[in-house]
Amino acid sequence: MSDFVSGFWNIYVVGLVLISIIGCAVFLWSQSSAKHVAGQTTGHVWDEDLQEYSNPLPSWWRWMFYITIFFALFYLAMYPGLGTYEGQYKWSSVGQYKGEMQKAEEQYAPIFKKFQSQDIRAVAANSEAKEMGQRLFLTYCAQCHGSDAKGAKGFPNLTDSDWLFGGQPEQIKESILKGRDAMMPAKGVKPDLNGDQIKDLANYVRSMSGLASDSIRAQRGKELFGAACAACHGPEGKGMVGVAPNLSDKVWLYGSSEEVIIETITKGRTNRMPAFGEFLGDAKAHLLAAYVYGLGGGEKAPVAAPAAAPAEAAPAAATAGEPAAAEKK
Amino acid sequence: MLTHDKIERNVGLLIVLAILTVSVGGLVEIVPLFFQKSTTTPVNELVKPYDPVRLAGRDIYIREGCYNCHSQMIRPFRAETERYGHYSVAGEFVYDHPFQWGSKRTGPDLARVGGRYSDQWHATHLLNPRDVVPESNMPAYYWLNRPLKDDAIDGKMKALRAVGVPYTDAEIAGAKKAIEGKTELEALIAYLQGMGTALKQTR
Repeated sequence: MSDFVSGFWNIYVVGLVLISIIGCAVFLWSQSSAKHVAGQTTGHVWDEDLQEYSNPLPSWWRWMFYITIFFALFYLAMYPGLGTYEGQYKWSSVGQYKGEMQKAEEQYAPIFKKFQSQDIRAVAANSEAKEMGQRLFLTYCAQCHGSDAKGAKGFPNLTDSDWLFGGQPEQIKESILKGRDAMMPAKGVKPDLNGDQIKDLANYVRSMSGLASDSIRAQRGKELFGAACAACHGPEGKGMVGVAPNLSDKVWLYGSSEEVIIETITKGRTNRMPAFGEFLGDAKAHLLAAYVYGLGGGEKAPVAAPAAAPAEAAPAAATAGEPAAAEKK
Repeated sequence: MLTHDKIERNVGLLIVLAILTVSVGGLVEIVPLFFQKSTTTPVNELVKPYDPVRLAGRDIYIREGCYNCHSQMIRPFRAETERYGHYSVAGEFVYDHPFQWGSKRTGPDLARVGGRYSDQWHATHLLNPRDVVPESNMPAYYWLNRPLKDDAIDGKMKALRAVGVPYTDAEIAGAKKAIEGKTELEALIAYLQGMGTALKQTR
């Protein structure tokens, strides 16, 4: 509390507080000790005959006032209030907060620790961890990914098995801890695309996932795709984990309509999953990763080629995801 | 001797004494705050004066009355710090004139909303909160995606400098240029994304 710019302010606060309290006491005492004669008036006369009695203060009221004065002095002796004096109890709001945090730490840290040392797959199968994970998810993640974790336009669905940055438990945890940044440049790597060519590309992209498209435009788009898009999305548009999404599946982050795809190609997309590592800490991120993994979309342990695994089409994904959830039940 | 009689019959004296009496609380509780290091100096070097875009965004925050439903003050309770982050300290608000602490939370506290969501989330959410949070009862601010018009931005910065925000002449001269071509939405998001980032790392 040696926070004041000069020592004067300590004296200033202490002086004013004590003078006020003592002044109240003296004033009260002087009032109660004054001699009163029954029926005495203040001597004021209004409206010809309206007068004001000058009776003593009721003693219940006077004694209440004395009690408040004693309380104030006791309070100021025990709690901070008199300038830089911190009080006998050494209480402070930060101290109370730290005590609260420490108590919570003692209570909850062992629970978190128990799960933290386990493999995320094992945690995902634990029903207690799942409950904890769900509460954490609703507090920290639901604003973007939705309370059902199914996402929204621009915010990935976490229940399917389409993973932009990988669905392995460790990859999910890394996404939570460090965040993810994604950027698709406007017009891909071919900045001279014109409006008509973009429309051709949009038709081709739609045709890749079996959506209705103009076959002539799609054919022309296919020729452009190699130059403009394949560098990231791959020659077959299957994408690559951490680089570019799969365009041939049924999962669309921004929408699959021709207009939206044209908008995406024309303006590019920038998206970010903020890093939560510093805010949540490792223990909570561990539980969250397990919860998200356990939602059903988490990938199985890599079989042969881990890089190819995430880019599954959605229908296959739904079934692939089931066993993980079923394990729990 | 100052008797009841004398005070009551002398209006001037009554007024002076009444003012003295009611100002004791303010003199003891408010005035010393202007002479405390923790309330008058930035808590760390990350607390910086608002750049023109964020300042314009802050004015939109005030214009739209965001403070009616959102506080910017995380209290030192575990229940709050678990959800929002480190509790607020006075030294984070030294360049806020006026501060936007607010007193009511219909929506969540925003003191550390900076960096918590992506810019895109904010854009979607401000224009129509239901697009990202179906349960939200926040109004849609669908008109925000329009050009930012703030001809008085340099004047505002001068006024803030007069009350102690250390803007340089160059910053004030470049203010109009800095907000050129921005939308209100971008300015507001810039303001939100800078909020409370000074103490974010401390946990």
